[in-house]
Amino acid sequence: MAQPQVRKPIEGFLDNKKFLHPKFAANYGNWLTHDRPRPGVMHHVSRSGDEVWTVRAGTQRQMDHYTIRKLCDIADSHGEGFMRFTMRSNVEISVSSEAKVAPLIAELEKAGFPIGGTGNSVSMVAHTQGWMHCDIPGTDASGVVKSMMDNLIEEFKHEEMPNRVKLSTSCCEINCGGQADIAVVVQYTKPPKINHDLVSAICERPTVVARCPVAAIRPTIVNGKPSLEVDEKKCVCCGACFPPCPPMQINDPESNKIAIWVGGKNSNARSKPTFHKLVAAGLPNNAPRWPEVNAVVKKILMAYKADGRPWERMADWIDRIGWPAFFEKTDLPFTKYMIDDWRGGRVNLNASAQVRF
Amino acid sequence: MAKPLHPTPLLDELEKGPWPSFVTGLKRLAKDNDMAVDLLGQLEHSYETRMGYWKGGTLGVVGYGGGIIPRFSEIKNPDGSYRFPDAGEFHTLRIMPSAGMHYDTATLRQLCDVWQKHGSGLIALHGQSGDIMFQGASSENVQKAFDEFNEMGFDLGGAGPALRTSASCIGAARCEQSCFDEAKAHHLVINKFLDDLHRPALPYKFKFKFSGCPNDCTNSIQRSDFATIGTWRDNIRTDEAMAKKWVAKHGVTKLVNEVIGMCPTRAMQLKEAAAVAAGANISSVKVNDTQALEIDNKSCVRCMHCINVMTGGLQIGKDKGVTILIGGKSVLKIGATMGSVIIPFMPLSTDEDYEAYLDLGQRVMDFFAENALEHERTGEMIERIGLANFLEGIEVEIDPNMINRPRMNPYTNMAGWDEEVAKAEARKAAAA
Repeated sequence: MAQPQVRKPIEGFLDNKKFLHPKFAANYGNWLTHDRPRPGVMHHVSRSGDEVWTVRAGTQRQMDHYTIRKLCDIADSHGEGFMRFTMRSNVEISVSSEAKVAPLIAELEKAGFPIGGTGNSVSMVAHTQGWMHCDIPGTDASGVVKSMMDNLIEEFKHEEMPNRVKLSTSCCEINCGGQADIAVVVQYTKPPKINHDLVSAICERPTVVARCPVAAIRPTIVNGKPSLEVDEKKCVCCGACFPPCPPMQINDPESNKIAIWVGGKNSNARSKPTFHKLVAAGLPNNAPRWPEVNAVVKKILMAYKADGRPWERMADWIDRIGWPAFFEKTDLPFTKYMIDDWRGGRVNLNASAQVRF
Repeated sequence: MAKPLHPTPLLDELEKGPWPSFVTGLKRLAKDNDMAVDLLGQLEHSYETRMGYWKGGTLGVVGYGGGIIPRFSEIKNPDGSYRFPDAGEFHTLRIMPSAGMHYDTATLRQLCDVWQKHGSGLIALHGQSGDIMFQGASSENVQKAFDEFNEMGFDLGGAGPALRTSASCIGAARCEQSCFDEAKAHHLVINKFLDDLHRPALPYKFKFKFSGCPNDCTNSIQRSDFATIGTWRDNIRTDEAMAKKWVAKHGVTKLVNEVIGMCPTRAMQLKEAAAVAAGANISSVKVNDTQALEIDNKSCVRCMHCINVMTGGLQIGKDKGVTILIGGKSVLKIGATMGSVIIPFMPLSTDEDYEAYLDLGQRVMDFFAENALEHERTGEMIERIGLANFLEGIEVEIDPNMINRPRMNPYTNMAGWDEEVAKAEARKAAAA
């Protein structure tokens, strides 16, 4: 019997040259400067004298093909047939004449795409898959993000923040959404609930034991079956055991909480890059619109907007005013959980007599 | 015409408000796609119960070991059948977009056509590593969809303990701060290590990311094991006309408070134009008829702040290249770690430069493959073995740019001191 024909993959990374807007290709590596004529619009000037205008619009990231086709229609009728996406799922359509900018904006807005996300605005939230597709999610990032961007859309459309604001949302403590000026991250508050009937069949026990950051998991026998047990006094409720061992269920509709972290920054501008820090926790995982999370995010953003100086990122602002003033201005409670006791955490204590009153 | 929608009162709340709604998009798909109908049903169930219901599995395409994210619904009827059968299998294909996430509309439409035919029609642009996430295909359709994407020239992305899909900023294509050809480096790296991407055999994931300047728009320092960040060695360039235009518009007060005052190393001063210093490491530019900005480039750390603010008036230098940082990662297992400097500067323009760069990548990958423990990222490995040992393993000389400050404790055996001094002298002689 003849073997069914198997198609072998063509391996290789697709070159981007044919996808570049012609102005990008012609001026590759030869740009001189840029300015922003209005929020959501960038105007780049080449050393050759060429100019290109780019309109940036927000999207829902999780797009139906109709939405993508709509963007294609707009890029054809009002742009020049090319587009690209940013790391935060904004779409960018570039044109080679200033006259095309206003009609392109009007067409994008008519189709429901907000214009903005440039400069000192609040850009779209980098986020994770959540209940829509992930196998370990504690929440639904798409929903959290939709509710947040509904609340912050004016800050997306206008450039009124001291500096750019990058947000992220993550559905578990692994934090795939990443570091951000404000990060919304699931925080577990209870140790995993173990289904001892399933552990031996599903989990590679030594792997699970090795995965725990605080060595709280050990092998045991339950009802005659090999299983695992957790020293709940040691457990930090991080959920690291759940992916390699789904019978160690970490998610729970009530004990899954949401924490807020601030001051993450990857740019080297001014201060060195820094990770975000915990400033709120215990917020309920309140689908479908997460009002408590939204209230805290807005409160932090508005305090930063009111008090930050031009060009200060969230981290720069807090460096200047200090943590006591941050908690005062945001009206957030400072709790013992914010005092770092993880390894190396002592560097986060104030080892000086520099105190703010 | 698809089957009728399940009631979704909770998800319907996410159709309200001005931001584009993914729920409205799913409902558009559900008009003629039963998988989207049942996805909405399953998602509503998650919103009701506040729990996720997907489990992983093993699924791939012919010839590859990774790149497909299998998902099977865990919401079952008492008889074991799927309660939302048309979304019972809801797998994702990770497809690598071209560098910089550029598209022409014909290609995007063709991608949509394939996914409309073989999948749910739901596409994330893009996932957090930088893949196009084609979400929702049955087990049977995964290969069919991949074959069509692959015929278009797109290849599958990484998953599991493998080289992962990478990301590069827009860079040279549209940005004046670009210090190297980000897309070229991205392209060469992925193609060189393609086997490690498609056939997971590393201790754990390994990510490259490429940012054209220290603004690091791809977040390479926090999100990648091997961060390539553009920089320059010579002086900041200036343009008097554009600098004067900036000061005329914004004023000297803003120049002092927002440019000079925010320089992290106090490398800038405002001076009377006649008093500006001269010298090989000094950049200066008149900002009005009487005053000038003076920059001591020896103190400058290439943070980008002043160039970001006075774009055009101040410009990156001409002697461009890259800084390489290794060891960035997120929380698991020791806490988030930042990449740290391994190569303070290497040029990246000639073929020989690229060869040296790719060779460094190979040495790092080889060392990682041989020495990391299972499920250990480079950052954790370096913390475990110490940076000096790692550098020895990848044959890179030490450099004071790799540290914030020397050690502050005496707990190491320094019996080899004289030998190390000899090496330091040799490095100095070689550099001279």
